[in-house]
Amino acid sequence: MRFLLVEDNASLAKAILDRLRLDGHVVDHAPDVQSAEDFAATTDYDLILLDIMLPDGDGRTFLKQHRDRQIETPVIVLTARSEVSDRVGVLDLGADDYITKPFDFSELEARCRAVLRRRGGGSSNERRFGNLRFDPMAGTLSVEDQTISLRNKELRLLEVFLSAPDRIFSKAKLVDRLFSYEEDVSENAIEVYVGRLRKHLVGSGVEIATVRGLGYRMSLQ
Amino acid sequence: MTRRAHVSGSIRRRLLLQLLGSAALLAAILFVTVLGFVRDVAEESHDSILFASATSIMDSIAVNAGEVSVDLPYAALSMLGNVSDDRVFYRVSRAGEVLTGYSDLPAGEATVRAGQPVFETLDYKGETIRMVTSSRRLSLNGAPTDIEVSVAQTQNGQAAILARLSRSALYLGIGFFVLSSALAIWSAQSSVRPLKSLAQAVSRRGPKDLRPVSRPVPSEMAPLVSSLNTFIDRLGVSLTRSEDFIAEAAHRVRTPLATVRTQAEITLRRVEKEENRGSLREMIRAIDETSRASGQLLDHAMVSFRTDSLERVDIDLAELARELVERLRPVADLKDIDLHFANSGTPRMSGDAILIQNAVRNILDNAIKYSPPERQVHIRVSGDGAQARVSIEDEAGGFGTTDTHALTERFVRGENTQGVVGSGLGLTIAREVAEAHGGTLTIETSKSGAGACVTLCFPSH
Amino acid sequence: MRNPLLSLALIASLWGVSASAFEIEDRQWVGPENARALTVISTTDFDILAPLMESFLRNRPGVAVDYVVASSSELMKAIADEGQTFDVALSSAMDLQTKLANDGFTRPHQSSATALIPGWGEWRNHVFAFSQEPASMVVSATALTEAEMPRTRQALITLLREQPDRFRGRIGTYDVSLSGLGYLFATQDARTSETYWRLMELMGGLDLQLYCCSGAMIEQVADGEIFVAYNVLGSYARARADLADRIVVIDPEDYTHLMMRSAILLNDAAQPELAEAFVDHLITAAWSNPPAPEYPFRHPLGAPGPSESARRPIQLGPGLLVYQDREKRKRFLGEWVSALRQE
Repeated sequence: MRFLLVEDNASLAKAILDRLRLDGHVVDHAPDVQSAEDFAATTDYDLILLDIMLPDGDGRTFLKQHRDRQIETPVIVLTARSEVSDRVGVLDLGADDYITKPFDFSELEARCRAVLRRRGGGSSNERRFGNLRFDPMAGTLSVEDQTISLRNKELRLLEVFLSAPDRIFSKAKLVDRLFSYEEDVSENAIEVYVGRLRKHLVGSGVEIATVRGLGYRMSLQ
Repeated sequence: MTRRAHVSGSIRRRLLLQLLGSAALLAAILFVTVLGFVRDVAEESHDSILFASATSIMDSIAVNAGEVSVDLPYAALSMLGNVSDDRVFYRVSRAGEVLTGYSDLPAGEATVRAGQPVFETLDYKGETIRMVTSSRRLSLNGAPTDIEVSVAQTQNGQAAILARLSRSALYLGIGFFVLSSALAIWSAQSSVRPLKSLAQAVSRRGPKDLRPVSRPVPSEMAPLVSSLNTFIDRLGVSLTRSEDFIAEAAHRVRTPLATVRTQAEITLRRVEKEENRGSLREMIRAIDETSRASGQLLDHAMVSFRTDSLERVDIDLAELARELVERLRPVADLKDIDLHFANSGTPRMSGDAILIQNAVRNILDNAIKYSPPERQVHIRVSGDGAQARVSIEDEAGGFGTTDTHALTERFVRGENTQGVVGSGLGLTIAREVAEAHGGTLTIETSKSGAGACVTLCFPSH
Repeated sequence: MRNPLLSLALIASLWGVSASAFEIEDRQWVGPENARALTVISTTDFDILAPLMESFLRNRPGVAVDYVVASSSELMKAIADEGQTFDVALSSAMDLQTKLANDGFTRPHQSSATALIPGWGEWRNHVFAFSQEPASMVVSATALTEAEMPRTRQALITLLREQPDRFRGRIGTYDVSLSGLGYLFATQDARTSETYWRLMELMGGLDLQLYCCSGAMIEQVADGEIFVAYNVLGSYARARADLADRIVVIDPEDYTHLMMRSAILLNDAAQPELAEAFVDHLITAAWSNPPAPEYPFRHPLGAPGPSESARRPIQLGPGLLVYQDREKRKRFLGEWVSALRQE
């Protein structure tokens, strides 16, 4: 996906850029309202991540202009302010969603997905692997003519495996990707989800193999 | 939140006491003065009658054929009988020799000169008498001779009259005091009336009404009102400042946290060694805990700030809850938790939408946060014209044996919260919001027994 | 000096010499012998007050009354000069009673009985009136025709002037030097009108007979010894039902003095409580309306005779002391004697 990150804090911006790129997204960074407008005017983004407090103006100003120009790109506002005071304002001004700093990237991803799904866009993101068609936006998995909806954890597990086929993911790494850091889960919990996913993959020519002592690997049969 | 003022005395009571004290003093002075006056008048009139009597006796004294003769006039003594039923004594003497009358009547101490009567109060026959002695010089056989006439009367009648007058004076004093007291009460009441009406006018104000007091007040209260206005002014400034401060504080704390957390996540993805990963996880959890705690503290500050001066707008609780559910659905999805929203009735109410949203979000947050994955959370909204209600039922295992009221105290967390980031302020905020709106927060075990059911209940109007 | 009695009396009173003890006219004991006795000194004849004393003793067994009768001046002498102790003094001489009260010989008393007395009937809660009686003229019903009856002093003067020989030696009045009551009437007469002196001068020229007491005068009139008695107690005369057809009691229409018989409670009384009870008894009998049946006089407010305009009640009060003044008395008696001496 293609993101525009509007964030004035350089170190936070760098961290977010790194993190998003780690998941294979394309991200541009605008440190102020002016350059954000320049970026938005020249490039077609899937999503804009917008900080509210910017050096040359309030993010809300950008948001308002953005909507006034009838640009449809969804906007998720990153706010560091109290939940209590700002939220209503940004939603009224046309933000699709907002997320409070600091945020869990899983949550950000979930919100992005929700926003994009609401907008009905991004179906071009469908992935294929063997007989498998996977639409991460819709959360659907199709094997030949049969389409099923995946639950969130199954979906994310599949995403992780698909991001690097044939690579072995340790249980610990999978826990990190699937569960929030708040949750205290044992590595065995992963077995449940792997088991479920295996069931969905029957007949797809794709299998998840257990690599004893190391973890799991998805590969074509 | 209204703190009882520290009361030291009362202006009205002090004023009243001072006025009553003055009234009592004046009444006492009035009493003593009137008493002294009537005493003087009574004594003077008594003296003048005694003197008239003595004069008429004196006039009846004549020298006949070389003898001094006294022809006591009937009126001389009968006039004394008209004043009071008192004993009457008299004496006529010439150069110390008693011509007639009561020879044992005591002689006054003062020397008597012609034309200058002497009035004395003396003891005679065991009673107090008032005596006048007047003197006159006659020519007897060609030689001058001094005649002295004394007339005396006991003072029983006088005392009775004085007692009566004293009583009248006393009644006068008491009457004066009673009247003054009534006036004092009235005056004390009316003196503090402007204070009372100012206090009422100020306390009647709406929560956000920080306009200066402009109603006319007596000049003595002008400094108070102008201080009050200055204070209101400063309060307005400082309220704006605290709002800005809270927002700024949140920003300052959260931005670096966000940076660190993001970097930690990135690092976690790259690090392979299990011990390092563990530490990084711990770090992220610590950051989450910090940010959540600071967030809730700031939220709580904001909530307190807003509940102090509650703004009320018309709210559709169903719409508000639905939006929240939609907003939190991505978060719930992360744990494959299903959020079920149901609405029955028209749960309308008036209140501060931001506060209500925050309260409901805190409860819903908790429900999602403490639920194991793949559970159900039910959000039910209902309204019946009298009440608007939102209840959130989870399958998170409930609060166990923790006192459900204590849960809404600050920083108290339930028994099932091990390993879950939280500050314990969420329910406190929810409860404070509910109470600020005249509503209630109740925590029960859900019907299925699998979790808790938290209900926010607000009066509709 | 036509009348030796008069001159003797004058000498005694003028010089104020009285060597002997006071003179008792009568002494009566009412009640059981050896009983606790209330001592009463009185100018009133025993017979008159006897019924009241009996009713007083009726409910008081073991109590007696020692009743001493003396003239008002003797009464004065006994108490003021000789310091005789009595419980109660009853006297018609208001001035003497007043003087005793004024000079501290009496003690005050207040009770429900004394509350019956109108203000003018008592003085200082010391002197209590229990009768009101007129100073009347008693005229012989046989010696004078109906037409000759003198209704006023002026009429009497005219009658005496027109027929001096008829009345010479046939008129009488009190010896004012002997009788306290006589002195009281005389001084009040003299104070009220100059007519008194003209009358005295006229009577003095007609061989005026002088008496100690009203009773004697009334009897003399009834016997025809004298035709007119002046300043006699009308109440005594009217009380003599046996003489009613022989005497006419006239309350002069120009003015009639009303004397009040009064009681005083004396200091140093041996029976103070009994004395108070006795005085209350007297007062109650007198001032109740109607008075007690044994009360010997008319109700004090219902005194007969003088019309309203002629009533001259003698007022209790310090004014009465004036005529008890030594100088004044000497002067008055002197004038009185010289008036009588006029031919």
